[in-house]
Amino acid sequence: MSSQSATVPELPAALSLGLRPLPLAPLSMALKILVRSAVHRHPAMFARLGDQAGKRFVIDPTDLPFVVVMTPRLDDPEIEAVRRGEEPAADARIAGPLAGLVGLVHGNYDGDALFFSRDLSVEGDMSAVVALRNALDDAEIDLVAEAAAVLGPLANPAERVGRIAAGVAERITGIAFARTRSEP
Amino acid sequence: MTAATLASPAPAANTPAPRPWTKKLELVCPAGTPAAMRAAIEAGADSVYCGFADETNARNFPGLNFSPTEMADAIAYAHKRNVKVLVAVNTFPRAGSPGSWHKAIDTIAAAGGDAAIVADIGLLDYACEKHPKLRLHLSVQAAAASADSIRYYVERFGVKRVVLPRVLTVAEIAALNKEIPCETEVFVFGGLCVMAEGRCSLSSYATGCSPNMNGVCSPPSHVAYHQEGGAFSSRLGEFLINKVPAGVPMPYPTLCKGRFTANGETSHIFEDPASLDASLLIPPLAEAGVTALKIEGRQRSRSYTDAVVRALRAAVDAHARGKPIDSRALMSLSEGATTTRGAYQKTWR
Repeated sequence: MSSQSATVPELPAALSLGLRPLPLAPLSMALKILVRSAVHRHPAMFARLGDQAGKRFVIDPTDLPFVVVMTPRLDDPEIEAVRRGEEPAADARIAGPLAGLVGLVHGNYDGDALFFSRDLSVEGDMSAVVALRNALDDAEIDLVAEAAAVLGPLANPAERVGRIAAGVAERITGIAFARTRSEP
Repeated sequence: MTAATLASPAPAANTPAPRPWTKKLELVCPAGTPAAMRAAIEAGADSVYCGFADETNARNFPGLNFSPTEMADAIAYAHKRNVKVLVAVNTFPRAGSPGSWHKAIDTIAAAGGDAAIVADIGLLDYACEKHPKLRLHLSVQAAAASADSIRYYVERFGVKRVVLPRVLTVAEIAALNKEIPCETEVFVFGGLCVMAEGRCSLSSYATGCSPNMNGVCSPPSHVAYHQEGGAFSSRLGEFLINKVPAGVPMPYPTLCKGRFTANGETSHIFEDPASLDASLLIPPLAEAGVTALKIEGRQRSRSYTDAVVRALRAAVDAHARGKPIDSRALMSLSEGATTTRGAYQKTWR
């Protein structure tokens, strides 16, 4: 587990600009597959959300040209990438640099510390925000492992390749796309 | 009575016995979720404290805490690693319906929990009558700060440890320890409650939900944040708690840490938003006869737990070896990005 950092890196502006013209439909499709897989791999995380699982969240990576809209229901989760400003009404919005949001998923950052420092902003239904934060934190998710898992029998080699790719991406962007593991 | 003579509760069948209670300064660490508990243990906790996902504990936040099954698994996991599990059942039961609280105590006893942390007199009575082998700690929520009060809990209910309210100086703690027949546990790091704990009604007044009975101070269901240009504001119920310009650290939306205007001056009237950091006071607290140091923060992430437990493990170990304590590195995790030594070294405005 990485130590707490006071500085959250931002995606290089040129890279963010370069992503702007890309279509979002393939990303939405990939996110849907990822979330459906996560439902099977981490049912306790969705259960921990309790009544808040039916809420609609906007996750806003402020250094990317789009937001992610999701409803993390265990039985019928929804997720979609949408251009910023075109998102539907939501119960809650969580906004911050991509590195901070990914770091929260991986447990590399403390949500309250990012909130104190204003690196993270939250609006809307705070019960939903708090439940999502706690459920994600308990799930010990690794995005590389989750992405590899959707490939079924190829998951292990895919995860090895994914970790190499995540390392390269981290050197370019400063963002840790894989969780630093420190199992007991 | 000395700590070495205190009996441990009988462990559940097939569960390795935890380490015996000793006089070594014990690091008691927060575990809001099973993952945070594993992080605390990996980072060097001697004990972890946690609670059930209901009104029976004072950190009843959405998505947090343990189901009875998770609690039993957590206790087994901790015991395998020679770590104790102290379970907080530290809210006050509703009149006429103490069932959830009684069930929580029964569950701890059945799962082999090392102690129940309790505040309510009726619940202490239930626990010591029904489960005489279950070790009882008096929660900070009981606000027991005098020798007479603490002696009553020890003599009447067999309480083995009291978690002291955060209103005492080190000198007062030393004097208290000479007069009471039980261990003391004090807060060493984390969010700082400045009120008489267990008796504060500020949040209840603003929201209708009681920290002391429903388990949530400033419940998120009543918190609202709003961005207005560069300014960021927080509200609790109908009350504006704080409004800060861009770039200024934002504290928790609790009334006691809010900024209000009185006599034409806007300030933190009750208390500045700052985290307690008493790591440099570990030597005098040990000298004062304290048994255990408690880290606040069950509502925080496992990242926080990992960082704070590691830092304080290093501090406690440094003290044990007679080395100086490194007090850096925890600032970014602190509320308002500032720290205080709280009442341990009182200074007044």
